[in-house]
Amino acid sequence: MTPPTPSAAAPLEVTDESAPASPAPATSQGNESRSPGRLAWTRFKRDKTGVVSAGIVIFFFVIALAAPLIAKLYGKDPYTTYASQRPELLNAFSYPAGPNGGMSSEFWFGIEPQLGRDVFTFLLYGIRTSLGIALAATLLTCLVGVVVGITAGYLGGRTDYFVGRVIDILLSFPSTLFFIAFMPVVYGLFVADDENIPTSLRAVSLILVLAVFGWASLARLLRGQVLGLREREFVEAAKVTGASPWRIVFKELLPNLWTPIIIQSTLMLPAFVTAEAGLAFLGVGIIDPTPDWGVMIQRGAQFYTEDITFMLFPGLSMVIFVLAFNLLGDSVRDALDPKSKR
Amino acid sequence: MSNATPLLDVSGLTKHFPIKGGFPIPRTVGAVRAVDGLDFQVGEGESLGLVGESGCGKSTTGRLITRLLEPTGGKVAYRGQDITHAGRKQLAPIRSEIQMIFQDPYASLNPRQTVGKIISGPMEINGINPAGGREKRVRELLEIVGLNPEHYNRFPHEFSGGQRQRIGVARALSLEPKLIVADEPVSALDVSIQAQVVNLLQKVQQDLGIAFVFIAHDLAVVRHFSQRVAVMYLGKIMEIADRDDLYGNPRHPYTRALLSAVPEATVDDTPRERIRLVGDVPSPINPPSGCRFRTRCWKATEKCATEVPPLVQVEGNRPGHLTACHYPETPETVPGPRLAKNPEAAA
Repeated sequence: MTPPTPSAAAPLEVTDESAPASPAPATSQGNESRSPGRLAWTRFKRDKTGVVSAGIVIFFFVIALAAPLIAKLYGKDPYTTYASQRPELLNAFSYPAGPNGGMSSEFWFGIEPQLGRDVFTFLLYGIRTSLGIALAATLLTCLVGVVVGITAGYLGGRTDYFVGRVIDILLSFPSTLFFIAFMPVVYGLFVADDENIPTSLRAVSLILVLAVFGWASLARLLRGQVLGLREREFVEAAKVTGASPWRIVFKELLPNLWTPIIIQSTLMLPAFVTAEAGLAFLGVGIIDPTPDWGVMIQRGAQFYTEDITFMLFPGLSMVIFVLAFNLLGDSVRDALDPKSKR
Repeated sequence: MSNATPLLDVSGLTKHFPIKGGFPIPRTVGAVRAVDGLDFQVGEGESLGLVGESGCGKSTTGRLITRLLEPTGGKVAYRGQDITHAGRKQLAPIRSEIQMIFQDPYASLNPRQTVGKIISGPMEINGINPAGGREKRVRELLEIVGLNPEHYNRFPHEFSGGQRQRIGVARALSLEPKLIVADEPVSALDVSIQAQVVNLLQKVQQDLGIAFVFIAHDLAVVRHFSQRVAVMYLGKIMEIADRDDLYGNPRHPYTRALLSAVPEATVDDTPRERIRLVGDVPSPINPPSGCRFRTRCWKATEKCATEVPPLVQVEGNRPGHLTACHYPETPETVPGPRLAKNPEAAA
């Protein structure tokens, strides 16, 4: 942005009566400025674990996004029961006839026992569903957490007290138990007992319920950060120049809060993936025949004594994804917050 | 020094911080009387130094003038306009005229903003569009405060403490203020850097004709910088005078004690009399009756405990030299190391 004139710039550092002892020799050369964000990026790039994890996470998101395209090229879909057209795929006990769960050049990851669906496309679409729900829940949670946390921290007083008690209650709630008990009630609000629950409603309810219990911890964290920041002198400096509360929140405070927000959300997303899968496994989240990580694991659990291959693919892929995402979260934290070295 | 229409007129300024207590039902159980009835004026282009021990209410006074805090009582008038309880919208036109320089250069700059953004922010908020654009103006300001204009896109973490304080000065200057409240602007800096920043502030004051309220606990810095000096103790002004009067002819026992505590650099001189104050500063929650200094004053009598000494021009003082003491030091009894050594400073 600025013209590179280091030689002409150097004498200007000398003041009226004294040369400021420039302790950082880096300040005297060149004009490139290294923002805190760019410094973090440099640190992140040096972290091999983080880079590999990021690659894996990006790979998962890409295949989730491109699932329809991959399925089209592959020539199968996750809903067709291939065994009903070709009974030779399953044996007399409804287990895949071929070795290793029926893995072949045609069915890459084998076929499902009993119904005979294609495992590869089912997994692709399952990842798509699970990641979509987890991502939406994370975004919603962050939005609510950031708004509530900053409001409570900045306004303080009665608002802070009230919000603090709500957070206390939410954090002390046995949320998993609540999900199981409460999900049917949520469905009941929208759909009559005898009707089928549409998948979109299931997904939306899941996102909402996960977000309702997720925002509290982020809000509490940000409230504390804001409490610390709002007494800092740069906020007072902004007030002295007549800045509005909105400007102080968005221009002065929020840029200083991106670090905890990013760290929290990278740790939150894998937690939501497992929570969503857990609910699907327990039968209160997404249910068969909608492809989903949790649904696949639930189906796999029924057959694992006879056909471990079917359980292996969703289980292994999920472990890899959650592990990679958590490691990524750690690396992001280390890059953004170099003081908190483990 | 104060003429007919002072730039800043403070009268009876009071700030009490409530102390909340009581378990089931929180209620106010007391108050910290941080600032308890201040009267002073600051004229156009004048620099008033505010000195005192830690916790005597100096910084609170600065924050009351800039209206970062809401005064409990009293009046703050800027150019005759009462701004004691003005809201943000009412203050808007005055905001650009009263600016502040902060103590901690590491906390007073937003770490996520570039220097350019930090300095142009006040102009953006107040809708000021200088000729040639804001960026040009920021570069000018950086040059005024002795920084490289090429540092426009740098972040605060790339600067040293002294350089950061210069950025803080540039930010305060960006609105072309008439009054700057400097809250211990150099106390967080190295001694070698302190002189640079004080000289910068002095240059700014002289070149641009900006009035200063200079808060410090370093008597030498205040002496160097301020034309008038006020000595505070426990939320009250003990003595206020022109610089040379105050340093050369202190009338309040507390001022004398403070001045005698300044370390001397000369060795060939006969050691001067040192006044050692005994005890601690009383709690501002429950200040002593009458004169606040009486608990540590060697001259205190019954009268000091019952009557609050008014801040007046005591006998033998020049106009504008006000002292709040029943038994002021007589000019003759002042051995005055400063008097003896600095004849030009003598009253």
